[in-house]
Amino acid sequence: MRRSHEPISWSLFGAGGMLLAFIGPGLIVSTLLLAWLVQDPQALYATLHSGLQHPLVRLATLAVIALPLYHTAHRLYHGLHDLHITGPTWLLGGVFYGGATALSALCAFWLFTL
Amino acid sequence: MSDTIELAVTRYRPEQDTQPWEQRYTVPCSDDMSVLDALNYIKDALDPSLSHRWSCRMAICGSCGVMVNGEPKLSCKTFLRDYREAGVLEVRALDNLPVERDLVADISGVVEHIEAVKPWLIRHSEPPVDTAHSQTPAQMARYHAFSQCINCALCYAACPQFGRNPAFLGPAALTLAQRYNLDSRDEGSSERMPWLNAEEGVWSCTFVGYCSEVCPKDVDPASAINRGKVASDINYGVNLFRLLRGKGDA
Ligand code: SF4
Ligand code: FES
Repeated sequence: MRRSHEPISWSLFGAGGMLLAFIGPGLIVSTLLLAWLVQDPQALYATLHSGLQHPLVRLATLAVIALPLYHTAHRLYHGLHDLHITGPTWLLGGVFYGGATALSALCAFWLFTL
Repeated sequence: MSDTIELAVTRYRPEQDTQPWEQRYTVPCSDDMSVLDALNYIKDALDPSLSHRWSCRMAICGSCGVMVNGEPKLSCKTFLRDYREAGVLEVRALDNLPVERDLVADISGVVEHIEAVKPWLIRHSEPPVDTAHSQTPAQMARYHAFSQCINCALCYAACPQFGRNPAFLGPAALTLAQRYNLDSRDEGSSERMPWLNAEEGVWSCTFVGYCSEVCPKDVDPASAINRGKVASDINYGVNLFRLLRGKGDA
């Protein structure tokens, strides 16, 4: 029996799903709340910007964005299989997991060059 | 009151039929009659040539599985009264398996998958004769639900992944692997993990969950497989660590 390498994508998927389920709704509500409390958009930007100065906050923000991206990619990839939409693994894997990786890299770039 | 119901049975007799065909029978219907009772009535009173499998009549032996109106069911645990509204019951052999004859599905492939994961207690040392392997209620609770499986193969008829790839070990085999891996008396998980770790093991499952819906013994194979994924995930990490330290692939 050959060992499958699925644990890599499944771990990212699981971590992303867990994050989304536990803190996703809280994050959305608190961001909305912040926007409501700090009505001036420039002040809101300044508040968030200062919060993002700390490297740990940046790392946490990256995790909260990148892991759910992998979660979504994994869901879509296997969802296509369940819908009998098939194609070469390298192509579908490249589009979904590659897409999630590219978007995560872009996000990391933005976060760390803020 | 002459209450009757119609059964549309998919017949297939390999020596004379080139393809399956439907035969209709009208059988008596009462509140206490199961689909198995109806099939036995057909066999005894209407058509002795019908083949179907059964033994215990009480959801224990796991041999009477058929598709009833498209759903995998134990015919002894499914009652005609629940289909009165529908008026007609379509009965055919279990999906996703080769048909041996009429309602008899060939489950040998499923049995092979179950055997592959060594569903028995593996010990490297024998316990002293005077002390049984004691187990706390909490230790037993870890695997108890998974040990209720009667190998009826309804979950295989329900599983779309097994339908597409019969090499997939499937719900019951993976559940039994977990059942023994989680047993505090067992020492054989290293022999079962390679099966779980494979693409044909837990990783072919996309968590459709229909297996758990149809299971007549509330085994919840979908949850067993998902827990198997966690176990395989940890195993992958540990193995990676081994490889990094220059040891061989486990
Ligand atoms: S897990 Fe349930 S449905 Fe599957 S073989 Fe066992 S008892 Fe039958
Ligand atoms: S006849 Fe034994 S399970 Fe139905």
